[in-house]
Amino acid sequence: MPVEIPKDTWAGQVRTITLGATAAEGGTRSHTVTIGGQKSLPFMHFEHEAPYPPLVALEIKDRRPDDWSALLLERWGDVVNAPGDWAKAAEAAGAELIVLALSLTDANGEPTRPEAAVAATKAVLASTGLPLIVWGPGQAEADNELLVPVAEATKGERIAIGLCEDKNYRTLVATAMANNHLVIARSPMDVNLAKQLNILISDMGLPLDRILMDPTTGALGYGIEYGYSVMERLRLAALQGDGMTQLPMIVTPGYEAWKTKESKVGAGMPDAWGSWEERAITWETITAMTLIESGADIVVLRHPESVRRVQTAIKDLNSVREMA
Amino acid sequence: MPLSGIEIYKLLPQTNCKDCGFPTCLAFSMKLAAKQVELSTCPHVSDESKAKLASAAEPPIRLVTLKSNGYEVKAGNETVLFRHEKTFYHKPGLFIRVRDNEPLEDIKSRVRAIDVYSVDYVGMTLTLEGIAVESATGDPAAFSAAVRAVREATRRPLILISFDPAVMAAGLQAIDGETALVHGATTANWEAMAGLAKQHQAVLSVQADSLDGLAELTAKLKEAGVQDLVLSPVTGSLSTSLNLSTQIRRLALKKNFRPLGYPIMTFPGDLKDPDQEMIMAAQSIAKYAGFVVLDHFLPETAYPLLVLRENVFTDPQKPIQVQPGLYEINNPTPASPVLVTTNFSITYFSVANEVESSGLPAWLVVTDAEGMSVLTAWAAGKFDAERIAKAVKEFGVADKVSQKRVVIPGHVATLSGELEEELPNWEVRVGPREAVDLPAFMKQAL
Ligand code: B12
Ligand code: SF4
Repeated sequence: MPVEIPKDTWAGQVRTITLGATAAEGGTRSHTVTIGGQKSLPFMHFEHEAPYPPLVALEIKDRRPDDWSALLLERWGDVVNAPGDWAKAAEAAGAELIVLALSLTDANGEPTRPEAAVAATKAVLASTGLPLIVWGPGQAEADNELLVPVAEATKGERIAIGLCEDKNYRTLVATAMANNHLVIARSPMDVNLAKQLNILISDMGLPLDRILMDPTTGALGYGIEYGYSVMERLRLAALQGDGMTQLPMIVTPGYEAWKTKESKVGAGMPDAWGSWEERAITWETITAMTLIESGADIVVLRHPESVRRVQTAIKDLNSVREMA
Repeated sequence: MPLSGIEIYKLLPQTNCKDCGFPTCLAFSMKLAAKQVELSTCPHVSDESKAKLASAAEPPIRLVTLKSNGYEVKAGNETVLFRHEKTFYHKPGLFIRVRDNEPLEDIKSRVRAIDVYSVDYVGMTLTLEGIAVESATGDPAAFSAAVRAVREATRRPLILISFDPAVMAAGLQAIDGETALVHGATTANWEAMAGLAKQHQAVLSVQADSLDGLAELTAKLKEAGVQDLVLSPVTGSLSTSLNLSTQIRRLALKKNFRPLGYPIMTFPGDLKDPDQEMIMAAQSIAKYAGFVVLDHFLPETAYPLLVLRENVFTDPQKPIQVQPGLYEINNPTPASPVLVTTNFSITYFSVANEVESSGLPAWLVVTDAEGMSVLTAWAAGKFDAERIAKAVKEFGVADKVSQKRVVIPGHVATLSGELEEELPNWEVRVGPREAVDLPAFMKQAL
């Protein structure tokens, strides 16, 4: 019985965005990476072949983190003490992008100095050819104080800086414009708030192909279903032709999954939770994969084994096969 | 998919004879579409129209139920492609596969571990649904023995796997009287399998490597009188599985395509890589499977899969909540500390479990934050000083404690000033941000 497969045809398309710049393009990266361009829901190859598969980024810090799970610190070992070494190890672990997350304070508990943030960024750029994303500490004042000098010191590299939120985006957008960088627009799990922030940012004159959106997510067991559905709705809106939702999406399953008790705590847990390390890696992997299947274009992870597993799965998902 | 009034009208005699009590056939069909009258009110509907109307009233994805002594697993009856459109209803059953070439004692001990496995998640007890027994030997006696061994170790529903009708017959014989899932029917064996399914009231899984093949088989089986079917497209990759499952769901819901209007079963273990197996199981949970057969069982991977299933299948319209009130943890005394949180169930249980397992007694004030997490409720104005003060007064906390001191979550430290104003004579303390750190905080600071 020949079955006629219904194909969705969409008016819209996700924008194509490139991060990083090679020497020829005014930067120092060994290559650039590109995401977006989809004309159908994730991996629906029988409708449209997606030009660019999702990318896996690894998050590193400018110094040894205070609040990371012992499993992560143990796995990375000494490299966590030097961002350049850490970036190199992350590249070796298969990362396609590096996310450098700046700390609020230095190892002595003093506010991170702008010069230190710049030095950490430069060390990362020197030790790897991968394109880069730099996050501020997540507090408006500190973000502006650290990210502006970082953006200036890396002019032309097309790094993505963030996170731009509704209350704090102007300074970051202005410096991204001036220094040929991109921004990450983060909104709290709401289609309209995401659109609104993208509008505000593009109204400042930053072209839409330099904005990535982070609709915020939750970890498995801690709100992932909200993030999942918001991403599905954003992607549907994009395909239906809503221009302000047609930006590739970046989400942070690593950050979310590794702050859960399931990943942080080893001893004294119920037997039904099983082995700590495998549970933690599965937590991160399943959080990431579920978001990838709802439309994520970049997932930011923390554990090398999760990177390996997620990349294997993406490769499979991206393989185009004869369908029915 | 329900028919519209006009579509129903086309199936009526269109004589406007008024015997139904309505002025016209059209008026009657409108009432029927709105489910305000019964079809039998019109005495003149042809048998052909009756059949069409009945089949239109069936759900687009048939509901099938596996039953064993004391357990039931349902799949099907889904109505949407995306959970935000309404909700997903029937959580896919998770089954673990054992094979009849393993020693019976090994099978039993594995099955017992799977049978008793349960994990607590926000106050719910989550378990796996059952066992899939596969004939690897091709020997009816070995299969029958394996099925019996499994049945001795668990009462949960079973999926039986063999494409040889003689082997399947032996397996079914061993669990006569239950509704098992039989995997399965193929172009080669479907007639014999249909006979077995009917004889044993089993649900029959249909396997083919294309949608054409699946549709052809289900049509034949339906004609042969087997109604309760499950679709098992052969995949072996994440991409094919996602594509085929999506196509099946779309055809059933958007096209009301009956031959594929059945629940889907997937076999993530066929990927032959335990890590990717878990990823495929997660995909199947979110993307449309009704039954998922795993080859590996480990608590550390079962737990995340069960949690994912809860998350994906919650009603997106209303968060899971607990009743606001004053909760007593570990038999608190008047000297025990007072902690404040919200009534979002994940939030409540994160805090309650932490305190409970520490053994420290405490009073937990659960405010009515409309089922939102601490920060979400705070951002939405549902967890502010006023509401917290109101809860503390309403639940009569002052009468229960000797020391008027409340601990608020670290994430809402900014509330402490206002709360002191709202609750004069009370001391307000800011606790840690994460519940994990509460016991240490309680020991040190309280
Ligand atoms: C899921 C989610 C939602 C869901 C709601 C889920 C729900 N039922 O609450 C939805 C999508 C609906 C939502 C909506 C909004 N959200 Co929201 N949401 C989240 C998200 C992703 C996870 C929240 C969660 O479930 N956490 C898990 C629970 C268990 O955490 P918790 O309640 O804080 O409990 C922990 C601790 O606080 C502590 N704890 C709890 N009680 C106690 C008690 C004591 C005594 C102590 C010591 C500790 C303690 O223990 C727990 C475990 O560690 C967060 C971001 C994130 N990733 O965290 C944003 C977040 C909370 N949301 C935010 C916002 C702004 C909103 C909106 C206002 C945005 C909007 N769309 O308008 C709305 C508000 C809702 C409305 N207007 O109706 C912001 C809040 C920003 C801020 N700092 O104020 C956040 C932080 C996102 C962000 N970074 O911008 N959200
Ligand atoms: S009884 Fe039947 S045929 Fe007569 S008016 Fe009613 S619907 Fe029409």
